[in-house]
Amino acid sequence: MAKKLDKVDVVIVGVGWAGGIVSAEMAKAGKKVVALERGEHKKRSDYIGVKDELRFDNRYQIMQDLSGETITSRNNIDETALPVRTRTNMQVGTDLGGGSVHWAGATYRYWPYEFEIRSQTIDRYGEDKIPEDMNLQDWGITYEEMEKYYDKWEKTAGISGEQDPLAPERENPWPTPPLKETPGLKLFKEAAKNLDLHPFQIAAGNLSEQYENPDGQTINACMYCSFCTRHGCDFGAKSDPLQTVIPTALEHDNYELRTRAYVRRVLYDDDNKKATGVMYVDERTGEEFEQPADVVVLSGFAFTNNRLLMLSDIGEQYDPETREGIIGRNFNGQYNSAFNGSKGFFEDKKFNLYMGAGALGAAVNDYAADNFDHADLDFIGGGAIELRQYGFGAISSSNNVPKDTPSWGAQYKEDSLHYAYRTLQIWYSPLAMSYWHNYLDLDPTYKDEYGDPLLRATYKFGDQERNIAKFGVERCHEIMEEMGADIIEDDEVPEEFDHSFTGGHYTGGVVMGDDPETSAVNNYLQMWDVDNLFVVGGSAFPQFGGHHPTPTIGALAYRAAEGIEKYMDDGGQLAEAKRQTQKA
Amino acid sequence: MANNGPVNNKDKQANDKKDVSRRQFLKNSGYAAGGVVGGALLGGLISNPFQTEETAGTDENTQAKEPLQEARTFFSRSEDFQTLAAATERIYPENENGPGAIELGVPYFIDKQLAGFWGSNSRDYTKGPFDPKASDTHGFQSKLNRGEMFLVGLRRMQEVSQEQHEEEFFDLDGEAQDDILVSFESGDVGVTGMRSETFFELLRQTTIEGVYSDPAYGGNKDMQGWEMMEYPGPRMGWMDDIEAEDFVSKAPKSLRSYQGGGL
Repeated sequence: MAKKLDKVDVVIVGVGWAGGIVSAEMAKAGKKVVALERGEHKKRSDYIGVKDELRFDNRYQIMQDLSGETITSRNNIDETALPVRTRTNMQVGTDLGGGSVHWAGATYRYWPYEFEIRSQTIDRYGEDKIPEDMNLQDWGITYEEMEKYYDKWEKTAGISGEQDPLAPERENPWPTPPLKETPGLKLFKEAAKNLDLHPFQIAAGNLSEQYENPDGQTINACMYCSFCTRHGCDFGAKSDPLQTVIPTALEHDNYELRTRAYVRRVLYDDDNKKATGVMYVDERTGEEFEQPADVVVLSGFAFTNNRLLMLSDIGEQYDPETREGIIGRNFNGQYNSAFNGSKGFFEDKKFNLYMGAGALGAAVNDYAADNFDHADLDFIGGGAIELRQYGFGAISSSNNVPKDTPSWGAQYKEDSLHYAYRTLQIWYSPLAMSYWHNYLDLDPTYKDEYGDPLLRATYKFGDQERNIAKFGVERCHEIMEEMGADIIEDDEVPEEFDHSFTGGHYTGGVVMGDDPETSAVNNYLQMWDVDNLFVVGGSAFPQFGGHHPTPTIGALAYRAAEGIEKYMDDGGQLAEAKRQTQKA
Repeated sequence: MANNGPVNNKDKQANDKKDVSRRQFLKNSGYAAGGVVGGALLGGLISNPFQTEETAGTDENTQAKEPLQEARTFFSRSEDFQTLAAATERIYPENENGPGAIELGVPYFIDKQLAGFWGSNSRDYTKGPFDPKASDTHGFQSKLNRGEMFLVGLRRMQEVSQEQHEEEFFDLDGEAQDDILVSFESGDVGVTGMRSETFFELLRQTTIEGVYSDPAYGGNKDMQGWEMMEYPGPRMGWMDDIEAEDFVSKAPKSLRSYQGGGL
């Protein structure tokens, strides 16, 4: 029997960027808040002195322990899904700060076009441009409305950037100047300019200089140490919640953070259509607790948000046979196999590739969004072309060999030592669409450590994913050729998704919009049919934009925080439903 | 990632010559009881029942210099470990570029990895039902954990060696060892509870990790793997060098050094 605790104003489930932002904003507003985080209470000191490639990049130290819970995966509705068993194939964050602690830091806003992708596609190309099986949806919010939330998040994070010549005007400049330029980045930029493209330095959540954010939190300057992606930051130089919003929240006595608290259910009153709190387990003792609250905020990873709603039987589960139901619908994401491009090997150049930072890079957006004419192309939208200098460890660098090099033996040894620092990769990171046949539900066979069903992902590529990737590889090849690589190898575009959930870009399932028939939450991320339940995070993406997701998750979290305060003041639905003809 | 593929014939011949002398060296060094470079490390690989006794206590100076961490804590049967060592040396052979897997301590690195959480898959999802051969795109689906996979896989390699050559795997010449490794790599060998290519990839990847991970884990002995690659190891940062036009080559430092060493 769960022990019932005293009621609070807001209970927050999951403390990454989304939950951290809501935490800070509610704490500042003086609300009585309890935040529940299933992971450990991590601090910067957990990452000092641990620059260790094997531990973080190969053994996935700060990724979710899958022994208790994972997901299952299949391509087709009639297949049996198999569990994703190892962290090689399931790299999702865990512990306080969530996936944000290991994010690389690449910062792009989504384009005005991407928020209104369905309307603008129809306006420019006609409705026939949208494939029949695609659930292409507007977000129910415009870029103009999003601008101030992006701005707020960027200031909290202190992002280091320069204006992309093709991007829409910004109200304010980036908070800090761009990161330094390396010879590899220069080579990319020169080649892109020669091709009449518009290169710029990627805006980074690895800071170019020390910065104090509007909440008074200090983020330090990046040292380019290269232990960034999949690692926590040694220097407190990464724009993550551990360095920003979580300490802000913890400064307030009305805010309480409980770690190792594993939420198993949202408690729901079906008669009043209200969430009444959550049930969680203290993972250190096994004790169950019931935490009542006026407002419940789900701010876990997309998988967690979906699964909690399904386990709690809130909202109608999407059924691909009837195409009815809303929870789990439009599961989407930028799968690792979406990062295809061109690899160059340089005989006469040796780059300092062991130095770097997660978002140290250059990009062009000439083939992003609707920045180029799609009339004769067999896909919609686009993405960034990037060259990144993450800074690789020795194990990783040993993979830098041309395709005809064997993967072991004397020749492998010779070539891997030769090319370790002579290899540059350019890739195209296009948007990823939603389809009626891609969705999340509960697995009928596999269970978690408490006996609850695992989440099941059903996902296959549409033609769009293959076509846009092939287009991107060709564009990357052109730049690599201009860069003068001696050997150029183009990635082979995979025919089908391979169940490898790397990179962390998985979204959808509880999507936002202005039509309750095609969206679960309104543009404050408030559930249409449960006014006091807010589902915040990547789960709200109706489809995946052509850039990395974090800034949009951060901006939406600020939007949601504003909505939660509005709801607590005035109650009721914050948005008016618009019945549209969006249903695919 | 490069495509997996066998080494070509020319390379094989070059390797084979080196390999014969390598194996001779292995055997000699076993009896030499630590008298040559790498001998102490290699001693444990040789199935000489008298060796331990002969070595122990015969020369206090020699013993004091022996790396005390180098003892098996996962593998029990010495022939399993010898097979492992021989296979890793084929994957990352000693040649003119520098030392190979054995001298770099890779077999002991793998032994330690398998004795830890990773070897028993304790942070992976290990609930059934299992269907290890149902799909080639679903990643790890074995009921066996990694430690068990190594034992099953290495013993299958020993069996195949006996079936084909009536010799121990570790006594075969390099070319014959490569042929067996290639047959595992291509998925042609039936192995209980897993795909043979899954085992090969595990063996290959772990060998490379042992060559290049921090020496704290027992491989990359004396940072020789990093020296070969000109990898400098963990440093405070590269703020002053990140814009350098030329390659910056520095002698490697390890995690122990980065952390300040000592207590």
